[in-house]
Amino acid sequence: MATEASQPRTRAPRPSIGALEWLRQNLFSTWWNSLLSIVLLFLVFQALSSLLRWVVTTEGWIAVTSNARLLLVGRYPPDQIWRPELVVMLIALLLGLSGGVWRGIPLVLAAGFSVAMAVLGVLSLGLPPDQAPPVFSTRLFLFGVAALAALGIAAGWRLREALRWPLVAGWILLYPATILILRGVGDATIGTNLWGGLMLTLILAVSGIVLSFPLGVLLALGRRSNLPVIKWFCVGYIELIRGVPLVTVLFMASLMLPLFLPANVRVDAVVRAIVAVTLFSAAYLAENVRGGLQSIPRGQVEAARALGLNVVQTTLLITLPQALRAVIPVLVGQFIALFKDTSLVVIIGLMDLLGAAQAIYTQPQWFGIPGGVWRETFFVVAGIYWIFSFTMSRTARQIETNVNVGRL
Amino acid sequence: MNKTQTSNDDIIICENVNKWYGEYHALRDVSLRVKRGEVVVICGPSGSGKSTFIRTINRLEEHQEGRIIVDGIEMTNDIRNIDAIRRETGMVFQQFNLFPHLTVLQNITLAPIWVRKQTRAESEKRALELLERVGIREQASKFPGQLSGGQQQRVAIARALAMNPRIMLFDEPTSALDPEMIKEVLDVMRELATSGITMLCVTHEMGFAREVADRVVFMDRGQIVEENTPELFFENPRHERTKLFLSQIL
Repeated sequence: MATEASQPRTRAPRPSIGALEWLRQNLFSTWWNSLLSIVLLFLVFQALSSLLRWVVTTEGWIAVTSNARLLLVGRYPPDQIWRPELVVMLIALLLGLSGGVWRGIPLVLAAGFSVAMAVLGVLSLGLPPDQAPPVFSTRLFLFGVAALAALGIAAGWRLREALRWPLVAGWILLYPATILILRGVGDATIGTNLWGGLMLTLILAVSGIVLSFPLGVLLALGRRSNLPVIKWFCVGYIELIRGVPLVTVLFMASLMLPLFLPANVRVDAVVRAIVAVTLFSAAYLAENVRGGLQSIPRGQVEAARALGLNVVQTTLLITLPQALRAVIPVLVGQFIALFKDTSLVVIIGLMDLLGAAQAIYTQPQWFGIPGGVWRETFFVVAGIYWIFSFTMSRTARQIETNVNVGRL
Repeated sequence: MNKTQTSNDDIIICENVNKWYGEYHALRDVSLRVKRGEVVVICGPSGSGKSTFIRTINRLEEHQEGRIIVDGIEMTNDIRNIDAIRRETGMVFQQFNLFPHLTVLQNITLAPIWVRKQTRAESEKRALELLERVGIREQASKFPGQLSGGQQQRVAIARALAMNPRIMLFDEPTSALDPEMIKEVLDVMRELATSGITMLCVTHEMGFAREVADRVVFMDRGQIVEENTPELFFENPRHERTKLFLSQIL
């Protein structure tokens, strides 16, 4: 045979084994491996089946369903419940429109939100009709929100170009609008001492994330500054905050801050909590961003400077975008931590999601249920925390993949 | 900004430039004049200070003694003078230093838009012309990481040219390239040399020096040892160190 050019093949050969063969190779390769597998499978089965039995048979869920409002909005006045509902509807609409306009990640989030709300609506059909929150309006609200998000997607899909900038403006305005709607205007304001539950947790977390991000970036840049005063201020701040636990910062903000202010100036408790969470998170964020900045090769700055870009342009156009990209996973990890850390505000007297859970299982009407209802309550609260954290984590993962397009 | 009047047509004037890294005396009384439109190749063994020297001309390295005047602008610590000089000079690096988060087109239009305040449309038109000139117009929407080394270096040249510099500084532009890609970059540089732009080029490509340079400068241990036309430099080197260097690389 003469030399024959071998044809390129489009895929590597893939070894294929059946399920039984896989089991044999991985779980039952030796006699003690088989023993281990059987024992572990038995234990896992035991654990899962008793968990499932508990989920199905426990009477405690009634404590959660009848206290849904407490979990979601805390002691917010029931006759004003339309306010948070209005905010959720606004979010649903914005999310839906964004999903239609930008597609990709926003679309997944919007569709997921719509479906989740519809599922909750369907689940609410199983509630006994004499529940404390009026069941009819709750169902109407859940299905309405789901429909609103879906309509938003459809509208955004069709009006694509025209909606881009209005939507950006909408998201920016959402935050002040939320605060305004929840507080109310004029004499009938609803004090933040009544805000609570998941609503308060989300307000604290979003405020903390949105405010600590620019502050952290500035601190990171300041720490690398050539000006000694700025540099040492930033280093001092970062090291001070990183050296103390969040609890102490919260205590400082809630107990010590009034001592520094004139007697007639009263800072709202929620604002104090937001300030504490922001200041705390910014110090950690600064260190993460600094790590990203340090990973940028010197040649990048040299190339930018050689082209005539000034220091500010070089930072904003070259180093910072690359640095932030490099630290997306760390930043999201930090934001998730911040989201969960907001549960510490319980100790300064705010009733966030976790605080609401404590309020529920100490209600006297559940004392008759054997073992109380704290398992069910914490089960649900943990689930809520998990849904939000997992959504953040997956979204970040997707963003990471998207910004890495074309980078090898 | 103070424009120092120069009577002759020297576009780069370096007088007794000295630089230290701590105790280490990196540049020792380096003096060099480059005429408008001249192509000067700087060569020498590694560690001889040739890269450091070329980088002092646009202040990527600070010199501690001596004068540097670029196109009539004296290099001072005044950031406005430094920025004015940097707008006159384009630089091409050994490691390309393209911006990995921007497309090829964005890499080229960035400085014209932000520094020269050109509109996006005119800067993109010019960028595509330059990409055509370096032979990779079809790569405009790719990211640098998707290009070969030779293509990346040609983008880097186009990026520098987009600012319409009077002077191009090349800091070992082919040293990080695979042999088969060196030629495509040298071809672009050869074409550039005939266009009348002033070029100062640190390189080990002696073929390129012989063929394209108006003058060859040999540096060793932070000093200029010898400078001459390529013919005399290669055929008849005067100093022992030059002879030794040439015998090792040719």
